[in-house]
Formats: sequence, structure tokens, C-alpha cells
Amino acid sequence: MNKKHIDDIEKQMKLANEGLPECERCLFSDDRPSSVEAFNKYYEGFLNWARSRSLWMLAFGTGCGATELRPLMTSRFDMARFGIFPRPTPRQASVFVVGGYASIKTIKRIIRSYEQMQGPKYVIALGSCTINGGMYYDSYNTINRLDYYIPVDVYIAGCMPRPEALIAGFNRLKEKIRAGECEGMNEYTEKFDWYKENQKQIIKDWNMPDYNW
Amino acid sequence: MEQLIRKIKGMVHLKAYRKQRDDLYFITVEKAQLEMILSHLKKNEGFTHLAFLQAVDFIEDSRFQLTYMLYNYETGVNLGVLVLIDRDKPEMNSIHKLWAHGWQYQRELHELYGIDFPGSPRVHESFVLEGWEEMPPMRRDFDTLEYSERTFFQRPGRSTNDPKEYMKEKMYKNYAASPRIRRDDE
Amino acid sequence: MSNLSKSKYRGFEADRSKYPVEEEGKPVIDLESHKFTKIWQGPQHPGVTGNMAVELIINGDEIVDAKAHMGYLHRSFEKLMERRRYIQCFPIVCRICVPEPDTNEYCVSAAMEDLAGITVPEKAMWLRTLNLEMSRVGSFLMWIGGQAGSLGMGAISQWTVGMRDYWLDLFEEMTGGRVYHMYMIPGGVRKNLPDGFKDRARRLIVKTRRLMQDIDNTFLSNAIIKSRLQGLGVISPEMVDEYGIVGPNARASGREYDIRMNNPYVCYDNLDIKMITATEGDAYARAQVRYRELNQSLDLVAQILDRIPEEGAIQAEMPNLLHWKIPQGQTYVKAESTRGEHGFYMVSDGSEKPRRVFARGASYTHAISVLEKLAVNVSVSDLAGLMVSLHTCPPEIER
Repeated sequence: MNKKHIDDIEKQMKLANEGLPECERCLFSDDRPSSVEAFNKYYEGFLNWARSRSLWMLAFGTGCGATELRPLMTSRFDMARFGIFPRPTPRQASVFVVGGYASIKTIKRIIRSYEQMQGPKYVIALGSCTINGGMYYDSYNTINRLDYYIPVDVYIAGCMPRPEALIAGFNRLKEKIRAGECEGMNEYTEKFDWYKENQKQIIKDWNMPDYNW
Repeated sequence: MEQLIRKIKGMVHLKAYRKQRDDLYFITVEKAQLEMILSHLKKNEGFTHLAFLQAVDFIEDSRFQLTYMLYNYETGVNLGVLVLIDRDKPEMNSIHKLWAHGWQYQRELHELYGIDFPGSPRVHESFVLEGWEEMPPMRRDFDTLEYSERTFFQRPGRSTNDPKEYMKEKMYKNYAASPRIRRDDE
Repeated sequence: MSNLSKSKYRGFEADRSKYPVEEEGKPVIDLESHKFTKIWQGPQHPGVTGNMAVELIINGDEIVDAKAHMGYLHRSFEKLMERRRYIQCFPIVCRICVPEPDTNEYCVSAAMEDLAGITVPEKAMWLRTLNLEMSRVGSFLMWIGGQAGSLGMGAISQWTVGMRDYWLDLFEEMTGGRVYHMYMIPGGVRKNLPDGFKDRARRLIVKTRRLMQDIDNTFLSNAIIKSRLQGLGVISPEMVDEYGIVGPNARASGREYDIRMNNPYVCYDNLDIKMITATEGDAYARAQVRYRELNQSLDLVAQILDRIPEEGAIQAEMPNLLHWKIPQGQTYVKAESTRGEHGFYMVSDGSEKPRRVFARGASYTHAISVLEKLAVNVSVSDLAGLMVSLHTCPPEIER
């Protein structure tokens, strides 16, 4: 690797705060994200049980999968039975349901919203189009696989998945949380540079801070 | 309607005229006379509703075809006014003064086809794309599959078949002599 | 509180003298003066319809400037269709508008039939009419839920979205799909009606009518709803032509334009159907028009169920669809969706793939230029109600 290439990478990976005026710098944290260590086995097991029982979902309809979230929220399928509840803001939510295909303009907002969510946080991706592009595999404006940009815990296949499939997906997520397998947040911090590199490859006008916690 | 076409013929140079259905007609006019004919149709002939303005890329002739689809509420007739413009230096007069939503279509065409409409408000703003660096994506010579493979990460294991070849191989082998399948091109 | 009893929403006074400099009819707003705040409503916001954003500049509670941002759902359907054979367009075309996919399917198959000169058998026509009208019912039910929810009445969206689900069950019986049906294909429809479908549909109509009565009592007759919706977002009759407004938004301003009557397609000219209009042009008039149209759609579904012929072909004689070449030509086909004129413009160059397909989403102008105009002088809290009352549907705008 020659020196110029390394310089380029370093330039890409610099803190975006550097470009901001002095008065705005304090608005964004300079700290890189850090991993959270698990507590001892029994206490962590109890916490995981509690986490799986109250999943608050971010109500961000990023694609057409959001249409099937509405029957799920309302009286017929009623996801409140499972302890799932929609929240309007990322700060209060713990599950991000990416509803289908993500266009380039949306993936930027998905990343911002995901980073603003407080840990522990989980991601469910709906539909074939988040798995391998689905029927939009040749579109110039939709990404093909989501797990290169944010860590995904559960995929639900289908176009679009029925509310029953969504319930099954949420149950699978709960099982995974209880088993302590949902480490997406730590994965994101550990492979942070790789994720950022992938994100910057498709988001051409990167006019936001590198991370906003 | 025939009367109207005769009237238009008297006014401008009518390059082509076609009747598609009883309620759908297409006329092709010169680029310079478009604004005049549109404002005449709107003000005097009752074609007050602009349904859309869109472009078609005829890359072989190196032309863009612009389609202005008008509608008359009284007679219930759609009239498509077509204009052919040069593809290498695409530029067209703006119609934002005639219809208040014309600028929206012009902004879209500027972004997706690269057609310029001087004077149209907000025409250089981005509409659906953000930070786009390639050529305008709706042009025929932009290869969306190649771009997608180059930019986005593929998940291995995906296979694509051309239905014609695939069905021929998998399904028609036994049915090749079947009279139920009519083949127009073989 | 005397204003509330008069129940006429006045918005803020349209006094522009506060912002002295004007350019092209718009006030020039100096953000540095600290009199104004710029906020974004959307895309991550519960008060927007679908995935779009509105950039607002506010003074106190009052919106002084609004700018709609689109493109969060752009999948470039039109580009993808240029790469696909005609029959391969059908799986993707219904994704253009999510709550009401059947209008897209109808328009595309009708455009292909128009270009190729295919006549559809009568029974298939009736089945198409049934499918289109049922999808209108589903979309209207979802709209009532959205309008009530945007004004804070969450209970009504629980009722109507739940009721829409039973209509989706009917769709599942009829077509095999819950949300996306892919039922209409060139030359006819895919399937016949299943046994006992008509009885179940009639029972559901009775059930929905009962719900409509409840909605009338709790929503349209509600004093708070009236006081918030009346006078909000008035569309004057002159604006209808100027901005290309269609559908219930135009009919609430007195424009008699409904494609089902003006340019009858499928079997609408055989049905007993009346134009529904209002004159006020505000959000409440639009709500009333939509409510009455929903009732009318229920009527129409009942009428269609009575008149579907028992016997008959559901598919015209077609060439092999995988090798299907459509003769050169261009056409424009439109249908009345719940949001208005939904049209497809198709250009064929004589090959196996379309040269150009353009989907004219019904709310293309409603969500951008009309919303930007109507949002000015409205309170921030009413913007969500205004957007829903225009029935904007982002996926069909950016396609």
C-alpha cells in the first residue's frame, strides 16, 4: 500500500467534526464508539430476558414493508401482546425495523437513525430486497444487501412478509436476545471502519459527522 | 376533434397526427412553436389540465421526444403534444408560466434525462437522487445493472435466467410439437 | 373559546408586511435574524405520510415557508421496466403504489392491450372492475385511519386498519396475494372467483357499513375534528387547473372530474354511479367527499357482485407471452384511484421490451407544489393533518 493511499484512507476516516464551525463542534461527540462488556453470566441472562420482553420499535417506514406493520400495530394482529410498541423517536427505541428496499437517500437516514438509537439495539430487516436486492437487484438506486451497512440480527424473507411472518421474526429475535446472540451493537463498534468505508462508498455527499451518538 | 386538428394545421406546422383511441390523440409540432400552441390550447380550446410532461429517449435517432399530455374537461379528450429535440444539446423552453406545477416535471427531466429548461424555478435542485456523479440515469445508454454490480455488494448465490431460454430448455422440450403453443417469431 | 364554536379554522393572518423583501412572490427569509427556525418534518417522523420530508421554516407555530423533499423511495421502476419483457413488468409494477396496487396493474395491462389490439372478454372485465373497486375500499379505509390518527384519534385507525385487513383476506381468496395481487394480466385476469366468495363479500359489506356509521358519529360529526379541519388547506377552484389537481381533492373544490364517469373504462358505464362533489374545498370537505365515495364504493362492489356473469372466459386468446412483441406505438391509459387520475404512458418500439413506461402518480402535484403552497400560514401541528387530507402517497411520486 503506497503512502498516498494511506493518506487517503486517513483523510476519509478523520473526524467529521473538523469541518464544522467551532460553535457546532460541541453538538457532536468526538469519541469513537466503544464496545460494551457483558456483565457476569447470571445478571446478563436476567437483563437479556428483560430486554426481550419489552422491544420498542422505531416507527420509521423506510419502504413498502411498512404497510404490513400497520395491520401488525392495530387491532387484528396487535403486537402489543408481544411487548412491542412503536416509538416516534430513535432515542426511545430499541428495535429498528428496516421495511424493505433502502434507496441511497434513505440508507443515509437509516444510518443516522441507527446511530442515534441507544443500546442495546437490534435490527430486523424485512423483505427479499434487504437480503440480496430482491426484484430491485439491478436498480441503480437501491442497495443489495443491508448487512454491509448496519448489522442485522434477523432477516424476514418475503415480498412483502405477512404479519404472521413478522410475528415469527420478532419471536426469533426474542429467542436470540435471550440466548445472548444479538451483539449487533458491539459488532458495529468493532468493525466500525469497515462499515464506514462501505457506507461512504455509496453515499456520495457525506455531509454529516462520522458518528452521532 | 377533426375540426380542432384542422384549425391547428392552419396555425402551426403539424409534423404528424395520429388518433390512438376516441379519447386520445397525438400531434407532433415544431420545437419553436410549442409554447404558442400550448397556450392556445389552454386558453382557447379548453385543454386546461396538464396531466404530465415526460421524455422518451430515442437514442438511435439521437433525439429526445417530449410529451405534453393535455386534457379537456368538457369533451373528455386527451391530447398528447409531442416535440422532438436534439439529444446532444437538450434544451427546451420552460412552461412554468402556463401551469404552476410544470416546474416539477422539468426538474425531474433535468435530473433523470439531463434536459435543461432555462428559467424554470428550482430546475437545478435535486429531486430523487443525492450526490449523483454518473450520467443522467434514465438515458438509454446508462446501464443500471452494471452500475448496481459495481457499486453495491452482491450476495453470492443469486442466479438470473432469461425466461425465454429457460422455459425453452426446461418446459418446452416435451411440448415442442404441442399445438397449444403458438410461436410468432420462430 | 367562542372561536371554537364558530368552528372555522383561520390559520394565521396572511400579513406579509413582517417580511418586507419579496422576490418572485415569496418572502425572503433571513435565518440569521433569529426570528425564524428551520425544522425538518420527516423522513423519520410519525407525522408524515410514507417516507418523505418537508423542510419547514417556522415563526413561532406558524409555517412561513415549506419545501417538500422526495426521493427516499426511488427505485427507478421505469428504468427497470425498460430492461424487462412485457410480462415481467407485472411483478414490479404493482409496487408503485403500496396501499392500492391494482390501479397500476390495470393501467399497464390496459396499455398493452391497447397497443396490441386485444379485446378482453366480458367476464374478465367484470372481475377487473370488482378488483379495482375493492382496492379503492381498502385504500379509503386506510386513509380514514391516517386522517384520524394524524389528528390524534388513534382509536379510529385501529378500527379501520383492522377492517381493511378483512378486505385483504378477500383479496387473498380472490388473487392469492394479500397486499400485492398481480391479478390482472394482459388479456384478462388470472383466476376465477372462488366458491362462496360473493356471500362472504356481501357479509363484509354489511360489516363495513356498520363501521362507517360509527365513523360518521365519532369522526365526521366530532366538534374537535370539525374545528381543526374546516378552513384548513383551502383549494380554490382556480387552483385546480393551475396545479393539475385531480381526484377527491379536485371534486371537493367543485370540479366534476371522475374518470369512472368522464372516460368510463372497464364496466363502469354499466353501473349506477354518481359524481360526488363539494364546494368548500377545505380539508373537511375532502374528508366528506372521501367518506361518501367509500360508501359509494361499497355500493358499487355490491352491484358488481350481483352482475358478474357466471359463465364466460376470463382470458382472451393470447400469443405466447414470453415471446410477445407489441407493435410500435404509444398510448396513455388512466384510471381513477383513490387519489385521482392514475395513468400510464407507454411507448413501444416493436421489440419484446417496452421502450418507455411512465407512471403518472395521482398525487404527483399534490405532495409537492400544492403542499408547499397550502402549508404556508398553517400551524405546525396541523401539517400532518393537511398532508393526509391531500392523500399524498410518496412511492408513486418518485417511483
